Amino acid sequence: MLETLAMFGFGPDGWGPAMLRAAANTVAVAAAGFALGGGLGILVAWAKIAGNAPLRWLAAGYTTVLRGIPDLLVIYLFYFGSGLLLTPIAHMFGAEGFVSLPGFLAGMGAIGVVSGAYHAEVIRGAFYSVSTGELEAATAIGMPRLLKFRRITLPLVARHALPGLGNVWQMVLKESALISVTGLVEIMRQAQIGSSFTRQPFTFYFAAGVLFLTITILSGLIFNRLEHRYSRGRA
Amino acid sequence: MDFEFLSQTFLKLLHGIPVTLELATLSLMLGACLALAFAVIRVRRIRPLNWLVIGYVYVFRGTPLLVQLFIIYYGLAQFPEIRSSFAWTYLREPYWCALLALTLNTAAYGSEILRGALLSVPRGQIMAARACGMSGLLLFRRISFPIALRQALPAYGNEFILMIKATSLASLVTLADVTGIAARIIAETYRPVEVFVAAGTIYLALSYGLILLVRLAEIRLNPDQREPAPGAGVSAARKEVNP
Repeated sequence: MLETLAMFGFGPDGWGPAMLRAAANTVAVAAAGFALGGGLGILVAWAKIAGNAPLRWLAAGYTTVLRGIPDLLVIYLFYFGSGLLLTPIAHMFGAEGFVSLPGFLAGMGAIGVVSGAYHAEVIRGAFYSVSTGELEAATAIGMPRLLKFRRITLPLVARHALPGLGNVWQMVLKESALISVTGLVEIMRQAQIGSSFTRQPFTFYFAAGVLFLTITILSGLIFNRLEHRYSRGRA
Repeated sequence: MDFEFLSQTFLKLLHGIPVTLELATLSLMLGACLALAFAVIRVRRIRPLNWLVIGYVYVFRGTPLLVQLFIIYYGLAQFPEIRSSFAWTYLREPYWCALLALTLNTAAYGSEILRGALLSVPRGQIMAARACGMSGLLLFRRISFPIALRQALPAYGNEFILMIKATSLASLVTLADVTGIAARIIAETYRPVEVFVAAGTIYLALSYGLILLVRLAEIRLNPDQREPAPGAGVSAARKEVNP
């Protein structure tokens, strides 16, 4: 037990710093993908709510397809698919072999595109749960469209969407473990490296689980606080 | 896009469907049994077990499935006690490890769905059953469970689709499911787009098949919400009295 603790310590032979750096990478790639997905989600939700027929079909196709295909396949598509585009270009500059997007960008893109579908559904649901009276009041008072969106629609939708967004974030965080297939040194990849180095796979994957659980719990607390903050003044 | 390559890939990927479907159906069935037990323990607040289940659900929903799978497949080999026990004949096979990880994972999510459903059974229904003299298992089997099942089905349908998608992780412990074969073809040919389209089509078809089955089950389980058959006066009258 003590040996195990020493192994994850911060001494010269300790895996502690490496695991923590990997955890930072996990949070970074998950957050970047979540943000990208949020942007996509707003666009797709807008297309579903206010778009014309072709836009609506496109948006519906996007959300149904991306929610039915395993994330792992999407990650492969981004990782190897970007290689398809980048390898010829890199060869023009004298590179050799297979060149693709760095794991971080490929992972961020894949997570963003997948979570965008879930974001869109959450945001659309939240929009419909805002009472129309409040939106009509803003129009009646003479607010221009952008001001109304910024001051009224966005905060109200955010309030209703927060619990759903919290769920999407938890999902994204767990999905990010799959990005280890691209070689990005996030928690899972670091645990693989550690376990092949020390031949103690259980210890390392267990530590990975503990790290993920810690991040999940902390982000759950943050989302709770946000929900509390954004529902001030609600009856 | 090269359609000949696409159709060849598609045919190769079809060989992965049995593994994908088997893992999904077996883990869902086993997982649902576990989930039901867990949900009953939570709802009845059976003391020491109650705490265990809460912890179990928290841990399994808070960590990625990949971590759970790797702990079972790679991690357990670290202990000589396990390697020398009878369980090793199963635990060294990637198939059983994937099945175990998927089952434990879906049991955690499923138990929350079933718990919500059991809690939403109207008290009046249970009191009526008690007034008729039903108790214990009979009441659960005839009243609580069927009503909870109706409530749970839409949410559990989502879980079905999530599990179809989750089986793709089995490819990371060397199993040749649809994703595993797809990954191999991509690595051999470097043609990710065609392979993605072919594999994606298969997964979408499986998901939609499942959605269809769930819809049919929903219709079957909610006879009171069905359109009355033409000329079926009795059921139409009943519908008016009890909407």
